[in-house]
Amino acid sequence: MTTAASNSPAPKLVKRPGPLRTLNRAVDERFHTQRALRENLNKVFPDHWSFMIGEIALYSFIVLLLTGVYLTLFFDPSNVEIVYDGSYVPLKGVEMSRAYASTLDISFDTRAGLVFRQIHHWAALLFVAAIVVHLFRVFFTGAYRKPREINWVIGVGLLVLAMLEGFAGYSLPDDLLSGTGLRIASSIAQSIPVIGTWASFLVFNGEWPGENFLPRLYVVHILLVPGILLALIGAHLGILWHQKHTDFPGPGKTEDNVVGHRVFPVFAVKSGGFFMMVFAMLALLGGLAQINPIWAFGPYDPSKVSSASQPDWYIGFLDGSTRLMPPWEFRGLGHTVAAVFWPTVILPGILFTLLALWPWLEAKFTGDRDSHNLLQRPREAPTRTAIGAMAISFYLVLLISGGNDVIAKTFSISLNAMTWAGRIGLIIVPPIAYKVTKEICIALNKRDEEREHHGIETGIIRQLPTGEFVEDHRPKPEPVPDHPLVPTHRFELSPVGAAHGDGAGGRGGLATRARKAVTGFFVEEKGKGEH
Amino acid sequence: MTASTGNDLPEPAAAAADGEVLDEAAGTTAADSDARDTGGAGTAPAVATGRRLLTGRRVGRRGARSASARRRRRSSTLVLSLALMATGVLWTVLAPSGSATDAASDNEAVRQGRALYLQGCSSCHGVDAAGTVTAPSLIGVGAAAVDFQMSTGRMPLAAPAAQADRKEPLYNQTEIDQIAAYIQSLGGGLEKPEVTEEELSNADLTHGGELYRSNCAQCHQAAGQGAPLTYGKYAPALTEATPTQIIEAMRTGPESMPVFGEGQISDEEATAVAAYILEMRDEPSLGGNKVGGYGPVPEGLVAWLIGIGGLLGVCLWIGARQKV
Repeated sequence: MTTAASNSPAPKLVKRPGPLRTLNRAVDERFHTQRALRENLNKVFPDHWSFMIGEIALYSFIVLLLTGVYLTLFFDPSNVEIVYDGSYVPLKGVEMSRAYASTLDISFDTRAGLVFRQIHHWAALLFVAAIVVHLFRVFFTGAYRKPREINWVIGVGLLVLAMLEGFAGYSLPDDLLSGTGLRIASSIAQSIPVIGTWASFLVFNGEWPGENFLPRLYVVHILLVPGILLALIGAHLGILWHQKHTDFPGPGKTEDNVVGHRVFPVFAVKSGGFFMMVFAMLALLGGLAQINPIWAFGPYDPSKVSSASQPDWYIGFLDGSTRLMPPWEFRGLGHTVAAVFWPTVILPGILFTLLALWPWLEAKFTGDRDSHNLLQRPREAPTRTAIGAMAISFYLVLLISGGNDVIAKTFSISLNAMTWAGRIGLIIVPPIAYKVTKEICIALNKRDEEREHHGIETGIIRQLPTGEFVEDHRPKPEPVPDHPLVPTHRFELSPVGAAHGDGAGGRGGLATRARKAVTGFFVEEKGKGEH
Repeated sequence: MTASTGNDLPEPAAAAADGEVLDEAAGTTAADSDARDTGGAGTAPAVATGRRLLTGRRVGRRGARSASARRRRRSSTLVLSLALMATGVLWTVLAPSGSATDAASDNEAVRQGRALYLQGCSSCHGVDAAGTVTAPSLIGVGAAAVDFQMSTGRMPLAAPAAQADRKEPLYNQTEIDQIAAYIQSLGGGLEKPEVTEEELSNADLTHGGELYRSNCAQCHQAAGQGAPLTYGKYAPALTEATPTQIIEAMRTGPESMPVFGEGQISDEEATAVAAYILEMRDEPSLGGNKVGGYGPVPEGLVAWLIGIGGLLGVCLWIGARQKV
């Protein structure tokens, strides 16, 4: 730019730097940020629609923070009883806690209060739902495999905390529904053998409904859990950033590269746009669809309960397991184990422990301890996919049973029939889901293999001179690369599980032999071909 | 029912009852004697039962022995008729009779109601409204119960099921009132409650709401959407019930519903509950579409189907790749 003849007067052609560039230079001169900035803005993210599901959860969380801050300005988490004198006529003169009254005030007497409350609540439902769908994506593509097990565990922690946070928020307004939910929570705490009563007293600050319980819950809801959530989300994304995103195999994609768009500008613009879309969806729901009409439920009073009292959907599976559980109560050694203990403490304990340990369980059973940066299609791991389908069907039976009264009423089915269908379904549906999914995966693999070898059927039938009829096949087209540039070596399948697995190791103890016996169950598709 | 001027109310009923019973008695005696008769003649029982109606001719052919039988039959018929007539007269004189302010029109309503009853209700509840194996007795249930069951379309029953569904009423209000008057005339019971617009608008909504939450919400749900009970029975949604029907239901306890008597809930309180239900139903849906009114279950469905479903669509849209 500034090149000019040595003797001629140098024209001032230097472009004056814009304000952004000036600022950047100023920051860089002081903190040496330029290099890191360039590195990170040039970071490449792979492109696939399913990689954006986690973003729904992230953006819902941002919306939750924004709307939540607004709500804290007006909400009063107090158990103190007052007489309502706001603008909702049917409740005028009713005695209620200040928490409930202030929620009514947010709904009816605060500018934009109701729409903020509703967006907040819808965002909470979508936050957990997006986490669950994201978990499905990660599970079915095997994205949790080494080296990403820790991020999987953090993700499971985020799911549990999100459920807890949602339940705390659901319980804060102190309406009839939230009070009923808390009453059940206290019963669940009490059902734990030996320590139950103390646990309940500790949490609720005394005998139900406790003394000044709402301020405690408020601190949990607006400070403690969101703080942990924020920290874990930071860790989740930090690890993702550091380890780089996985990608599906394809032309030009290997275990050691990432093919896609740089963060700036394409990925950032896409993500920014997606944030707007998520916000728009939440705003639409919050503005057009009523959620949690606390004024219709009335203030909480332990002597009252409404039928069809349900938790929000993410706790629904526990409600379902409680509804399906037969009333079996055990007594012994001077203690009673209430029926509610099994479906609400033991069952979720087992489910979430299995979920968190899954990456290691799978590695143990398949013997696959390699690092993987390329994903698998669900059909490529039929057993894992089938186990996932089994788990989802188990969860769905519980979730549907959690709303079985509303379903029974809506579709005029006997509630008893619904309960029994749930009990029987919980036992027979998951194995069916397992079998069917596995068969579908294997059949899809077979079709893929046939296409690989024989090509695609064209539907053109020819008669040979011998009189025989044959169908023409055209060869399978080469996969089209997503990006024009393919800089690294061609994609090749790495031999999986050859070095480890059922071949390795000697006799070993009982545990080792048991593992080997189970391993065959997981790797039979590969094993059958190889041995 | 207290004594009234003369035989106003009981007269038609008694007369009708008389006639009916006489017919019936005559029929029975004829069959009786016939059976004896054929038995004496030594005819095979199968033939006898098959040709009962031809007795006249056959008896004529049989001669002297049957003549005495005929005499016996005639005399017994006569005695029975006299006895029944006497019973009728005695009933007319001694039976308790009702009173009404406008006795004549009431009387007419009862007459019409009985006709309607015999036509539309008696096949299940019995001609005397005393109930059968398939339907309960209506004696003493009162006009309020009749009005509730028929104005909500629950009666006449469409089909036997765990519970009667609300449907378009088959009878108009006049006919329902007539049938109610007839049932009321049988054994008394609760009269149809009257609730005026003024009473409803002056009712204590707050108190009504509190009563609703402590007495009704556990079955009919906090927002009046209804909920299932056991084995196909259910507490119906309160979306269509009129104030009169709400109060009638509280007072008479239809189906599985308990009776909320005046000792429990006064007339003013009952009106307040009805007013609260109407208010809840008719107030504009605050904050958007009610999404079923059940709370978390339909909300969860919307979150998944519209929220997550829609956003996954957006994902697919944004993530759609341009092939190069």
